[in-house]
Amino acid sequence: MTEHIDLEQSLHMYEQMAKIRAFEEKVNELYKSAKMPGLAHLYSGEEAVAVGVCEALKRDDYITSTHRGHGHCLAKGAKVDRMFAELLGKEAGYCRGKGGSMHIADPDSGNLGANAIVGGSMGIATGAAMSAKMRKSGQVAVCFFGDGALGQGLFYEVANMAALWKLPVIYVCENNLYGEYTHHTETAAGEFIARAQAFGIHTEIVDGQDVHAVYATMQKLVERARRGEGPAFLQCNTYRYYGHHVGDINRAYYRAKDEEADWRANRDPLTILATRLIAQKLTDASVIARIDAEVNAEVETGVAFALDAPFPDVREVNEDVYA
Amino acid sequence: MHDRELTFAEAIREALAEEMRRDARVFIIGEDVAEAGTPFKVLSGLVEEFGRDRVIDTPISEPGFSGIGVGAAMTGMRPVVDIMFGDFLGLVMDQIANQAAKVHYMSGGKLSVPMVFRTTMGATRRSAAQHSQSLHAWVSHIPGLKVAIPSTPYDAKGLMKTAIRDNSPVVFFEDKMMYKLKGVVPSDDYTIPFGVADVKRAGNDITLVATSSMVQVALGAADLLAKIGVSAEVIDPRTTLPLDTSTLIESAKKTSRAIVIDEGYEQYGVTAEIASVIADGAFYYLDAPVKRMGAMNVPVPFSPVLEDVTVPTEQMVFEMAKRLCGK
Repeated sequence: MTEHIDLEQSLHMYEQMAKIRAFEEKVNELYKSAKMPGLAHLYSGEEAVAVGVCEALKRDDYITSTHRGHGHCLAKGAKVDRMFAELLGKEAGYCRGKGGSMHIADPDSGNLGANAIVGGSMGIATGAAMSAKMRKSGQVAVCFFGDGALGQGLFYEVANMAALWKLPVIYVCENNLYGEYTHHTETAAGEFIARAQAFGIHTEIVDGQDVHAVYATMQKLVERARRGEGPAFLQCNTYRYYGHHVGDINRAYYRAKDEEADWRANRDPLTILATRLIAQKLTDASVIARIDAEVNAEVETGVAFALDAPFPDVREVNEDVYA
Repeated sequence: MHDRELTFAEAIREALAEEMRRDARVFIIGEDVAEAGTPFKVLSGLVEEFGRDRVIDTPISEPGFSGIGVGAAMTGMRPVVDIMFGDFLGLVMDQIANQAAKVHYMSGGKLSVPMVFRTTMGATRRSAAQHSQSLHAWVSHIPGLKVAIPSTPYDAKGLMKTAIRDNSPVVFFEDKMMYKLKGVVPSDDYTIPFGVADVKRAGNDITLVATSSMVQVALGAADLLAKIGVSAEVIDPRTTLPLDTSTLIESAKKTSRAIVIDEGYEQYGVTAEIASVIADGAFYYLDAPVKRMGAMNVPVPFSPVLEDVTVPTEQMVFEMAKRLCGK
């Protein structure tokens, strides 16, 4: 799996994952210290999905993101400081404080926006793929969504059209086992991939904790899409370390603490990659530690910038309603 | 050529064809829009000129192809999405109200959604409760949308061209009972700005604010009123969002009486908003309360004898105006 992925790229992917982890830990801290308005849905534990997927994309390829979207935005190229600024409702944020945690959009990096309607961006991603095909731009579109979003009918409508019209869209299903506070076995009949296979869509299942595996599989799917061979559905099996949102603290009624501890101890995406690179003697612990220190410093600088940054002028409330 | 007449449907088609010739980013997507040209034949001939890559037939999946339209609009195209019956807005509301309407604002102005949702309205076609509603109030409630509701072939062409060129999402309502209505439509390229009402008939004694097919009803009532010596002014806002409040208020100040006539349900409807604007803006000039006439607050019935009483008629508007004027 790793033979085509060189060390430099592996370390870059580690850095991206570590940055997301550090970012989310800081978000949790901001929330708990009441410095952050609203709420947040943390991506910790799922980093290998966003990074493995986005590593296989070009900057002008499109993504659509979800309520649990910080990882997607960072992996596609958003900067930590402006991300924090948006989360704090500041003018310097990616959406000038008008979007917040669940609506970060950054067209410069191909991010068409996070969406707070579960499954709400499935049409947008499919439409972006259709636009790319009509404009013959060679771009692909990736639609991130969770296992819970497969309960939304929109998916079946747009997946059908994507298959009929061979659109360059890749549906990335982040199966973190729970839709909000409910295990998927209580909400989804049959296999997830069977739903895409019903439309003749190419499907893959991958270990979402192994960034090499996600990246390698995604590369194949992106190449297919660029060749005009149509959409794909990628199921990434993963886990969210925290609750549905930052305030979802007492979770024992829907998942066991042992289960959470097991994923953290044995299936952590950062540990898996670092351990592999060290075991293969491609790098050593000091390099990993240096990356950790660098991203932590970046996060500290970013959050300090955002905390100091000014709020938008209230007169801006009426701006941007119409284009 | 200046007195050339087209039907309402032909005017819409001409606007679409001209815009598609002018701008390669414009395309049409919806159910049976290509060879079929829609059940109302509004789009007949377009697929022959522009091909199936720009006049795209879809499965029966209104939320799906509406969402695809939103995504295409965000990435450089200018889709015209065809929602065959306005009643199907119920299926599409998330894509219109939560996605299309909000993308520009939520992104701090960095993304935009230049698209048109074409749909229909209007009862008395014997189509019953799920194919007859006039639901423009629903979308007129949502910031970020624009809503056009033309009453003549001339306005339909000019407003459609404006809608396609606008950089915000526009919901465009066509009364299906008016598709065969004829009127003068210039063959040249003209647009009608949004938020500018049109005085369809000047008058001094009472203002009749009317939308879409209710403009014809109001004009008919104005003829009847003229026979008893009442001079009615008929004003068509043409867009409910943005709404040309100043023209409405100025007319009511002049006439001191106003009735608002619209085919949406009367409760919590477009008539309520417009009446409120007039009551507020012309309060000290009014000699009578602003009256509202909308569709009856019942699901649209099938039986012709039932359906016909649910929509304001010339006679009903005439009677109301006569009473307001103390005649």
